[in-house]
Amino acid sequence: MELGTHAGFIIASYALCILTVLVLVAWVRIDKANQERALKELAEQGISRARRVHESR
Amino acid sequence: MAFWDYANPTRFLRLVQVVLPWLIGFCVLAFAAGLYMAFFTAPEDYQQGNTVRIMYIHVPAAWLCMMCYTVMSISSIGTLVWKHPLADVSAKSAAPIGAAFTFMALVTGSLWGKPMWGTYWVWDARLTSVLVLLIMYLGLMTLWRTMDDPIKAGKSAAILTLVGALNLPIIKFSVDWWNTLHQPASVVRMDGPTIHPDILWPLLVMAVAFTLLFFVLHLMAMRNEILRRRVRALRMRAASVSRPGTAAATAQPAE
Repeated sequence: MELGTHAGFIIASYALCILTVLVLVAWVRIDKANQERALKELAEQGISRARRVHESR
Repeated sequence: MAFWDYANPTRFLRLVQVVLPWLIGFCVLAFAAGLYMAFFTAPEDYQQGNTVRIMYIHVPAAWLCMMCYTVMSISSIGTLVWKHPLADVSAKSAAPIGAAFTFMALVTGSLWGKPMWGTYWVWDARLTSVLVLLIMYLGLMTLWRTMDDPIKAGKSAAILTLVGALNLPIIKFSVDWWNTLHQPASVVRMDGPTIHPDILWPLLVMAVAFTLLFFVLHLMAMRNEILRRRVRALRMRAASVSRPGTAAATAQPAE
């Protein structure tokens, strides 16, 4: 489609929004992977919530 | 099961697991419809020409940056008044998302302003108050990172968030209270929208898409924050076991 004389401003706006959303999605996904890895490492050392719940009973 | 039962983080995580795929699906569909309407069905504006298409991302981003701060303010009340286990998690998780939407609103507004107003920036009340909102978001994110104890950080951030909420009516009514270059409200008005339906509908669909995107990202970020607090609590427990007597202030909210 034809975006006219101000196409550069329109494309830059949408490109920036797409980039910002991609950064946000990458942030939540990487953060999730980091936390899950940390929980897994703790579980391998025998430190887990399941054990704590068991101990408290 | 009552709504308040979801204050239990484990139940909340189970709910997120069920709801998230549906929200992501609706969000993708809403963006597909909104972008199609924005570029293929919406006409050019008689004054703005094709630059009106920037409005389909600028306006929803501007709405969402205020909505996100409203969510943080409500969460802050939950932290201070009810000490709701997920309230602080909600507020902390929303801040980076709100900052991103505010950044989008400012930059897309600037890119629209250059061809329409002849300038990227002007220190008028609307633009300046939104810039203050971005600074508030960044300040709150910094505050959360500077304190080790999430309970203390959450309380301090909640107070600062509620003080900053005074900026929300200033942003909304700045175009009415002061003589600004920014145009007055044209959608949310007492006498109804002043925009033609051909332009209004794509705008509303994009607003729905942005709102769904916010909820998707917010739920994902809240899930991460709950996991982070679990990791912290378990590490503190491990440290207290290896050094008896250093004891166990391990219980965290939303652990």
